[in-house]
Amino acid sequence: MSTRKTLVVIGNGMVGHRFVQASVERGVTERFDIVVVGEEPRAAYDRVALTSFFEVGAEQLSFLPEGEYDDPRVRLVLDTAVTAIDRDARTVSLGTGEVIGFDVAVMATGAAPFVPPVPGKDLDNVFVYRTIEDLEAIREAAKSAKAGVVIGGGLLGLEAANALHQLGIEAHVVEMAPRLMAVQVDDAGGATLKRHIENLGLGVHTSVLTERIVGDDSDGTGGKVSGLKFKDNDTPLDVDLVIFSAGIRPRDQLARDCGIEVAERGGVLVNERLQTSDPAIYAIGECAAPAGKMYGLVAPGYQMAEIVADHLVSAGSAAAFEGADMSTKLKLLGVDVASFGDAFATTPGALELVFADAVGGVYKKLVVLERDEPEGGFVLLGGVLVGDASAYGILRPMVSSGMTLPENPEELILPAARAGGGAAKIGMPDEAVVCSCNNITKGSICATIDDKGCADLPCVKSCTKAGTVCGSCVPIVKNLLAERLEASGAVVNKGICEHFDLTRQELFDVIAIHGFQRFDDIVTAHGRGRGCDICKPAVASILASQFNGHVLDPTTANLQDTNDAYLANIQRNGTYSVVPRIPGGEITPDKLIVIGEVARDFNLYTKITGGQRIDLFGARMEELPKIWKRLVDAGFESGHAYGKSLRTVKSCVGSTWCRYGVQDSVQMAIDLELRYRGLRSPHKLKGGVSGCARECAEARGKDFGVIATEKGWNLYVCGNGGAIPAHAQLLVSDVSGEDLVRYLDRFLMYYIRTADRLQRTSTWLGTIDGGLDRVREIVVDDALGLGAELEAEMARHVETYFDEWKATIEDEEKLSRFVSFVNAPGVPDPNISFADTERGPMVPAMAGGPVSLGTTIPVGAPSTAGVK
Amino acid sequence: MEDWEKICPFTALEVERGVTALVHGQAVAIFRTHDDEVFALGNYDPFAKASVLSRGIVGTRGDVPFVASPMHKHAFDLRTGQCLDDEQVSVPSYEVRIVDGVVQVGPRLSLEDSA
Repeated sequence: MSTRKTLVVIGNGMVGHRFVQASVERGVTERFDIVVVGEEPRAAYDRVALTSFFEVGAEQLSFLPEGEYDDPRVRLVLDTAVTAIDRDARTVSLGTGEVIGFDVAVMATGAAPFVPPVPGKDLDNVFVYRTIEDLEAIREAAKSAKAGVVIGGGLLGLEAANALHQLGIEAHVVEMAPRLMAVQVDDAGGATLKRHIENLGLGVHTSVLTERIVGDDSDGTGGKVSGLKFKDNDTPLDVDLVIFSAGIRPRDQLARDCGIEVAERGGVLVNERLQTSDPAIYAIGECAAPAGKMYGLVAPGYQMAEIVADHLVSAGSAAAFEGADMSTKLKLLGVDVASFGDAFATTPGALELVFADAVGGVYKKLVVLERDEPEGGFVLLGGVLVGDASAYGILRPMVSSGMTLPENPEELILPAARAGGGAAKIGMPDEAVVCSCNNITKGSICATIDDKGCADLPCVKSCTKAGTVCGSCVPIVKNLLAERLEASGAVVNKGICEHFDLTRQELFDVIAIHGFQRFDDIVTAHGRGRGCDICKPAVASILASQFNGHVLDPTTANLQDTNDAYLANIQRNGTYSVVPRIPGGEITPDKLIVIGEVARDFNLYTKITGGQRIDLFGARMEELPKIWKRLVDAGFESGHAYGKSLRTVKSCVGSTWCRYGVQDSVQMAIDLELRYRGLRSPHKLKGGVSGCARECAEARGKDFGVIATEKGWNLYVCGNGGAIPAHAQLLVSDVSGEDLVRYLDRFLMYYIRTADRLQRTSTWLGTIDGGLDRVREIVVDDALGLGAELEAEMARHVETYFDEWKATIEDEEKLSRFVSFVNAPGVPDPNISFADTERGPMVPAMAGGPVSLGTTIPVGAPSTAGVK
Repeated sequence: MEDWEKICPFTALEVERGVTALVHGQAVAIFRTHDDEVFALGNYDPFAKASVLSRGIVGTRGDVPFVASPMHKHAFDLRTGQCLDDEQVSVPSYEVRIVDGVVQVGPRLSLEDSA
């Protein structure tokens, strides 16, 4: 029958190895004897996981621990270079002198690290990062080195820097470009990545050009690295080890030598069957340049290997290489980085949608394109994820699927903790991987839910294994479950009112992401109609939480519920009560006298409230500025009794006066009240501080309660009085005052971000999966890594606080609305009247209907009040 | 016709807010909507028995422009004064026009007129 042929594979790297494996599996060895020639002393190993060599050793990385292929028709020659290809004679020459004839040759020579011509590059202790031998040498040098630098801030450069870090020496990365990983991520993503890496203790130097490597021959060893000199910078980096990771160049010299065509920018030119200009010679992997383009990733190389094997099995195979997906997702020094599709928005008309949380170290970008009619809508082209790449599994399949994105695509990149998995509530394709730990797709999760009739999360987890490893996909799984349940029965609309399908939390995130500052923009983009008494105050509250502007600023004034609109609490006859802040309930006699005088002069009813303050009732709207002028002048400020905001922090008298007190509860209450004053929240907030376990301040009946202990403070959260009282629960014990504030900052901001409209902390707690333990994980243990961000948000609130009433009485425009009648500002509304009580003070008199003033009252010319 | 009373410049009205005016001796709430239409209703909330409607939040229910009373959030149709939560209840509504940039309130509309 036919004589056996010879196939020579030049190179035994990852791609060369994959090709041999694929050939053996497909039966190429039925016709061919295969000779594999590898230059490195060892057989193929996992170069992608190179850095783990330091931990696991070479053995673990090897693809061929036995040093030979199972199939006896494959011969492996290692530690040997191919020196020449003779195309006419159809032979290859080896470094050993052996000459091997071939019928088909496959070049899989890979790429070599590029070492730029920097003076000093030949000094001792200068390395590249490509092979196990390189790493062995680096490890050896690191034993006596103090600091090392990697030249090149790409993916591999960061790997190398990590390796130096792991070897216990000071590690630096220098990068010419203004950002790290310039190929995969954009400027903002690079900046986020930089912060992460610096936080790990590595030095990052971007936008710097290396001028030369400085040598030191003082010990007579012939010149060893002693530093790195930058261009235009006199301070050299003090290092004694250098690694080049400035890119790779395809190893195409063999092809050049034998006259095979190479691409303009290097690499062996091949067609879509991976044939070179000599059809008997193929090239695959990093040495190949299909259509002139080199692919520096292993996945496209594997793809090429499979295609060539297919063609060798069957000449008629339709397999063709049509470019490769350059998407990457990796965990670099513990930081998630992913880049996929058209990450740089190079497609004409592409738009970028960005979520950036610089403090939390998360940066996410989607590149979208608006599709022409008739389909319309937006499609996903690509994106960049840094710091949290959990959405990669969903997003990447969407790029190629061409599916229309949900109406608010930004929900795809909201942090899971904020969106509560809102990201999943989209028609993502069935093949999207939801649980990447177990590689479980949306389709299989949904099928399992239907088949097994899962009704709750634990059932879904045990039936599918999804969400059982790292747990990051649990919110998505939960939403898939909710979707299935909804589809099969009751439809629950979680939108806050007819104008928005979003929950308050989603609305919060939408506003945070877009930086919307106007209701009009929000309702146009994400809602319908003109809003109502439910969504407008909710938006006003969210805007106040995020931007802390004046509630009566022109853009937000018409959103406010009446209490905020007039900075006072409306009472039953349309008058208002005035409540100046008395932090911690501590007040001077002088201030008490002022309150008394104001009450007397404006004929107000006074009452000491449950929150250790004094209410002044019966103020007509037009009197409010005059009353507040008096109070502000006396040193009072708004008590925010009218707002969904922090009201009071109640206190006992504490260790200053009380013979039982163990800490100064009054000072703490004052500090906390002043810190959180004016903080707009989903519901009103109250706090309490007790100086000892006797709990005289009833702190555990508050949203946050603090009780002094011998060692510090106990913090209780999510209590309230009101219609459904709830005792606050212990969040953390015996903490210092400083930690107490930190945890409270986080707790309050987390509540503000995630609670529903008008949801008290106690009911909010009931909606959190895992309850108090979960809150503790987030607030105390910082399990979501949100701690710094929440603290920063609170810090911003504290910094931007101002007294609303003071600002109002100083602003003519804001004052112009405090009039009884626009056309008769001096006439008091006759519908308001009072009656005396048997106890003495006056109370509202109930009117039987609108009171007519008659037609004889002169009103004069039209007022110009409020005209700008 | 003396039934029309000049109130204030149109520009004194803020978008989606109300003001109170004294018209023919009555407290009348005047609202300007997003599309710059102007409506006038009696200011008196019959549920809360207080003269407060002008201080409510203005918005839409479906296509109906409405104001929610600041007291207990009863909704009233700005065009007719009809309570949207209780068909038995309504508040007076008045004709409004703008002449030379000045808001004028005219006679009370009957529910039948405006329906």
